[in-house]
Amino acid sequence: MKSLKQKRIRKILVYLFLILASIIMLVPFIWMLSASIKATQEVFSVPFRLIPKTPRWINFKEIWTTIPLLTFIGNTTFLTIVVTILQLLTSSFAAYAFAKLDFKYRNKLFLMYIATIAMPWQVYMVPQFIMMRAMGLNNKLTAIICLQAFSAFGVFMMKQFYTGIPNDLCEAARIDGMSEYRIWWNIMLPLSKPALSTLTIFTFVNTWNDYLGPLIYLKSESKKTVQLGLKMFIGQFSAEYGLIMAGSVITLIPVLVVFLLLQKNFVEGVASTGIKG
Amino acid sequence: MGGKVTSVAKKPGKKGLSRNTKRTIVAYSFIAPNFIGFAIFTLVPIIFSFILGFFKWNGNGTPTFVGVSNFTKMFGDTFFKASFINTIMYCIGTVPLTLLAALGLAMLLNKKIKGRGLFRTIAFFPYVASLVAVTAVWTMIFHPSKGPINAMLHYVFNVQNLPNWFGKDLIMFTMVLFSVWRFMGYYMIIYLAGLQGISGELYEAAKLDGAGKWNQFRYITWPQLSATTFFVMVMLTISSFKVYDVAIMLAGGSDGRLGTSSSVLVYYIYQKAFQEWDLGYSSAIAMVLFALVLLITLVQFKGQTKKEKE
Repeated sequence: MKSLKQKRIRKILVYLFLILASIIMLVPFIWMLSASIKATQEVFSVPFRLIPKTPRWINFKEIWTTIPLLTFIGNTTFLTIVVTILQLLTSSFAAYAFAKLDFKYRNKLFLMYIATIAMPWQVYMVPQFIMMRAMGLNNKLTAIICLQAFSAFGVFMMKQFYTGIPNDLCEAARIDGMSEYRIWWNIMLPLSKPALSTLTIFTFVNTWNDYLGPLIYLKSESKKTVQLGLKMFIGQFSAEYGLIMAGSVITLIPVLVVFLLLQKNFVEGVASTGIKG
Repeated sequence: MGGKVTSVAKKPGKKGLSRNTKRTIVAYSFIAPNFIGFAIFTLVPIIFSFILGFFKWNGNGTPTFVGVSNFTKMFGDTFFKASFINTIMYCIGTVPLTLLAALGLAMLLNKKIKGRGLFRTIAFFPYVASLVAVTAVWTMIFHPSKGPINAMLHYVFNVQNLPNWFGKDLIMFTMVLFSVWRFMGYYMIIYLAGLQGISGELYEAAKLDGAGKWNQFRYITWPQLSATTFFVMVMLTISSFKVYDVAIMLAGGSDGRLGTSSSVLVYYIYQKAFQEWDLGYSSAIAMVLFALVLLITLVQFKGQTKKEKE
């Protein structure tokens, strides 16, 4: 019976450890929420209060007027939605050809994608900027769309997933007289929900949270994204802790909502596509 | 779900085009939308950047060819050297720590445990949350004079010389700590998938042989996970060489500038290009960054294949 007791102790230890890890991961978010409804001088007051005596909900109202947050959110939402849709459509489209069709230069073309995956964007961001500027895209939201929407990663990830779908399915559909486009739309897309959710989260999160790309391209205030705007605000009012946190909470919400909606598929997707890599 | 499979009569192929060419055209039409964007905005700039490293150019007028002088210039550039060393240090700090934390968490979570799903979700929060927001919190929590971490060190552990987490000496450490916090949940998921791929029979056999927990880990778990570990290592290494925003957010003041204690390669590439408009030199540094990423990936790949042979 000793081993049973040992097992129990072990289990308790595992739980304790996981709870500790969760606390470490969540503390910054709890702090953020708590500080977002505090007056600035209250944020660091000892002892720490999770909920202040008089919550300053007005922080959430003031932040909209202190900086043009609505413009920033509008810009970012537009970018994120367009990039995500383009990314999903074009990647899954190209990936279908790479996975299920046989054509000349297939492997060579795919190798080009693979070769650039390991290439950090930061290596070619400068020439890319020069080119976009020559195309008249400097200080335009379109620049960010061009930059984010055609990633090699998306094609690679979708292709990995499509390869796992049996070829017989496509063959049968072809015999039924379905065109390749219909096979893609009617068979492949519905089957690839986990991969699509994963790519959606990745693209959404990347575009919403991107900092360096918008920093390089978007100069005027009316074009700025939430990340740039929030950073600008922190730079100007570094001591307005309550307001900074209120702004932070607002910028987190869309990402968290998308993540929570798709997260079940996401975990599966990361797990399956990550390993095959 | 299955879609409406309408029975379509077999159409004879269009005359004039052979079946093969038609198939190729269809295939290319699938690839084209993505490939055109990819070629213009990724491939061409990559080629461009290889060339630019050998020129001197300020973005206007004609570039002048300067041979390898952009590369030799780096040896005498203290700021470059500092950025280079900091990037390597950041990598050396982040990769093993994140890997260990991720593996540890995954092994804990690979048991039948209540609340597993909830924990997996929580573990992703730091990864999906925006960097500006979470670094803002970190700078508050680790605030040298007002932050709760230092308050705790002072009142609970009676530390007198409170550390300045964002000062010259500790900033790299803080950056590493932050990155481990941010990324461990993500890599934990990947490890978790790897762990679930290990057959339970291996452990049963080991138990019969009387292998303890440590030996089970050493002779089964770790070797079975080598493909996962390789993948995680490569991904972590690449992402740690790309570090820029973490440094800017944690160490950059309101002017967004970094000193030699916290500068990283990408920051220097950015400064040289977009502040000083020395595009050739900036591209040369970018090439160094690329060479580093490539080299490390190849070394890890070699190590991995060697391990598999053994």
